[in-house]
Amino acid sequence: MTNTPHHITRRALLRAAAIAPVAGALAACATPQSQAPASSAAPLATSAANPFGVDAKKPLEVWIFDGGFGDAYATDIHQPLFKTKYPDAAIKHNVTKEITKVLQPRFAGGNPPDVIDNSGANAMDLGALAQDGQLQDLTPMLDAPSWDDPAVKVRDILDPAVVEFGTYDGKFSVLGYVNYIHGIWYSQKVFRDNGWTVPTTWDEFLKLCETIKKSGKMAPFTYAGKHPQYLYEPLLTMAAKIGGNEVLVNIDNLEDGAWSSEPMKTAATAWAEVGAKYLMEGTAGLDHVQTQTAQNKYQVAMLPSGSWLENEQKTTTPDDFEYGMFPIPDFTASDKMPHGTLHTQPGESFIVPSKGANPQGGMEYLRAMLSKKAAGDFSELVRTVSVVKGAGEGRELSPGAKSATAAIAAAGANTVYYRWRTWYAQLHDEAVAATGQLMSGGVTPEEYVQRLQKKADEIKNDSSIKKYKR
Amino acid sequence: MFNTYRRGLFITAFLAAPVTLYLVYVISPYAQAFYIAMTDWRGVTATPNFVGLDNFVRLFSDGVFWKAVTHNAALLVLLPLVTIVIALFFAFLLNVGSEGRGVGGVAGSKFYRVLFFFPQVLAVTVVAVLFQQVFRPDGSGMLNGPLMALGARPVGFLSDPDVAFWSVLGVMVWQAVGFYVVLFSAGLASIPRDMFEAAQIDGAGRVSLFFRITLPLLWDTVQVAWVYLGILAMDVFAIVWVMTDQHGGPDFSTTVMATEIYRNAFQHFRFGYASALGVVMFFFTIGFAILSLRLSRRERIEY
Repeated sequence: MTNTPHHITRRALLRAAAIAPVAGALAACATPQSQAPASSAAPLATSAANPFGVDAKKPLEVWIFDGGFGDAYATDIHQPLFKTKYPDAAIKHNVTKEITKVLQPRFAGGNPPDVIDNSGANAMDLGALAQDGQLQDLTPMLDAPSWDDPAVKVRDILDPAVVEFGTYDGKFSVLGYVNYIHGIWYSQKVFRDNGWTVPTTWDEFLKLCETIKKSGKMAPFTYAGKHPQYLYEPLLTMAAKIGGNEVLVNIDNLEDGAWSSEPMKTAATAWAEVGAKYLMEGTAGLDHVQTQTAQNKYQVAMLPSGSWLENEQKTTTPDDFEYGMFPIPDFTASDKMPHGTLHTQPGESFIVPSKGANPQGGMEYLRAMLSKKAAGDFSELVRTVSVVKGAGEGRELSPGAKSATAAIAAAGANTVYYRWRTWYAQLHDEAVAATGQLMSGGVTPEEYVQRLQKKADEIKNDSSIKKYKR
Repeated sequence: MFNTYRRGLFITAFLAAPVTLYLVYVISPYAQAFYIAMTDWRGVTATPNFVGLDNFVRLFSDGVFWKAVTHNAALLVLLPLVTIVIALFFAFLLNVGSEGRGVGGVAGSKFYRVLFFFPQVLAVTVVAVLFQQVFRPDGSGMLNGPLMALGARPVGFLSDPDVAFWSVLGVMVWQAVGFYVVLFSAGLASIPRDMFEAAQIDGAGRVSLFFRITLPLLWDTVQVAWVYLGILAMDVFAIVWVMTDQHGGPDFSTTVMATEIYRNAFQHFRFGYASALGVVMFFFTIGFAILSLRLSRRERIEY
C-alpha cells in the first residue's frame, strides 16, 4: 500500500520544535503595529429614526467598570432598552475593575470595543486616547434627536457641564453620565439626636468639631487618609469659594503662581488646622471604605465625599442612618462666592472608540442611556443624580440623593469644578502626596502650596506633556 | 568527521528551541524597550514619534525616580544583610546549636524548620494584603491593637513617611528568611560532622563554633544568598505596589524603580518615558550582576 500513515519522524519533530517559537514571535511584539481598521465600520444610510446609520444586525461590545455602581444598571436598564430598538444586535456585555489592563492592549492592537465605561482608579488616560485620535467625535450625538422626543436635541437635555467636560481638542468625545456632587457628608439622624446643626460658616464648623470632640461620642472629622485626593477636593473648593472661580481656572491653565495664590494658602491653613485637631485617630492610614464604614458605625461624624457615597455604603449603612450633605461653609463674610457654592462634576466617563467595529452602535447606545427612562431608572437603582435634566423628577430618591439634589438646586449657577486632575496625572500624584503630608503636619501650608506650584511649573515646562486650556 | 557533524547537529537540535524562546521572549522585548524608550509612545497609538534621547535627559531631573533609586540602593544593602544574619542564626540553631555534647539542633527544631519556611509558600500579594491588616493604624491592627490597649498612641506603620520604608523592609525580610534558613541548613549538612565534634572536643563554645567553623565553611552559600537577595532588592515591586499607601507612598517614601516604571506606563500613560526608566534599571541590574560576579570569585574549600 502506498498510502501508509504519515509517521512523525524524529527529524520532523525537531524541525517542528525549532519552528514553533517563531510563530510565537509574532505575538510577542510589544511595539505598536499599524493595522488596517475593521473594514465594515462605515455607517449605513442615516435617517431621523436612525441618526447615526446603525447596522441593526451588527454586534455591540460593551465594557462596564465594576465600581460603586456595579454593572446591573447596564444589563437591567440600558441594554434591554437598546434591545427594544435593535432586537437582532447581539450585545457582548463585559465587566472589569481593571479597565486599563484589559483594554489598553486592545487599543494598541487596533481592535477596541464599542462602548467603554472608562472609570475607576485603573481607568485609561483620556488625554492620551484623545491625543491619539482614538475617541469617536460624539458631536453628532449631541445634535441628534433625543431618544424620547424627536423635537428635542440630546444636547438640550444634558447638564451643560457635560459638554464642557467631555470636550478634548475641540471635539466632544467623553460622556460623563453621573453628576458627582461633592460636599461634607454626615448622618442626619446623629445630628438630630445630638442637637448638632449643620454649620454655615467656618467658625461654626470648627465650633461644631470642638463640641463633637468634647462630647466624647465620636471623632469629629475624617477623610480617606490613604487617598488624600478626598481631602484636596474640599480644600480646592474652599479656595474657589474664597477667591472666586478663577482660582481653579488658573490652576487648570497652569498659570504662574496659581497654586501659591492667597486663597489657596488660606484654604490650606484652614484644613491643616482640622488635620491637627479634629481627625479620627489613625485617619492617615485608613482608606475610603474603612473611614466611611467608621462613619456608619457612628465612630466619626463628618467626612468629605461625593454623591456616589450612599450607594457605595449601602451594605454597611444602618437603616435609620439618613445620609445628608452640606456644602463648604463660608470662610468669611467676604468670600467671593456665596454660601451654597458646590463642586459638581460629571463622572462615569463613557467613551466610544473611533477605531472600534461598530462606533455607530456605540453612539446609539449612549443615546439610549440618555433617555429619560434609562436615566431615571439608573438614578433610582444606584441612588445618585444623573446628568439628564429632570430625570429624577417624580422618583423616590434616597435621603442622601435627596439632600444632594436639594443642594444643587440651592447652588444654582454657583458651581465650580477643576480638570487638572485628569489632564495632568503627575500633578495629581504630587497633590495626593503633599495633601497627606499637610494633614499630618509633615509640611506647613506655605510649603504645601510652594511644592505644588513647583510641580505645576515643571509640567508647564515639560514639552512632552500635552497642555490643555479651559 | 561524520561523527563530529552528527554531534554538532544533535547539540544544535537541542539548543534551537530554548535559544529561540529566549531570543523571542527575553532578548527581543529588551530590544523593543530600548526602541520604545526613544519614542513618545503613550500606549494607545500605532505610530509613536521618535524623540531620540529626550526621555533620558528628562529622567535625570526626575526627583521621584532618583528617590526610588536610593530606596533600591538601601534595600540592596539592608535586605541581604538583615536576612542573612537572621537566617544564619536560625540555621545554626536548628542544626548545630544544641547544648552539651553531640551535634544537633535545639529542641523542636523540626517544627521551627516548617514554621520558618511558611511565609515563603504564600504569594507576595497575599503577604502584602495580610500585612496591610497587621499594620492597620487603628484598634483592629494586629500590632496597633495591643499597643493601643496598653495606652500607647498607634504607630503609622504604613502611613508615617518616616516609618513606612522600614515596614516594607521588615515584610521582605520576614518573607525571605525561611528560604535562606533552608539554604543554609543544606549548606551546613554538607559540612562534615567531625569538624564540629573536633572543635567541641577542643573546647569551642557555640559562638566560636559559629564564627570559626560554620561561617567560613558556609561562605560560598552566603555569597549565593547575597546575589539572590540583591536581585530581589533590585526588582522589588508587588510588595510595594500592593501594600503601601498610594503605591509607593506616603509621599513617595517607599517607592522603588519598578513601581515608578509601572506608574509612568499604566497611570500616566507615558510608555516611552517608562521604557527609558526601564532601560536605566536594566543597566543598574547588569552593573550589580557584574559587580557581584567579580566580588564572589574566591577559592573553594575542599573538605
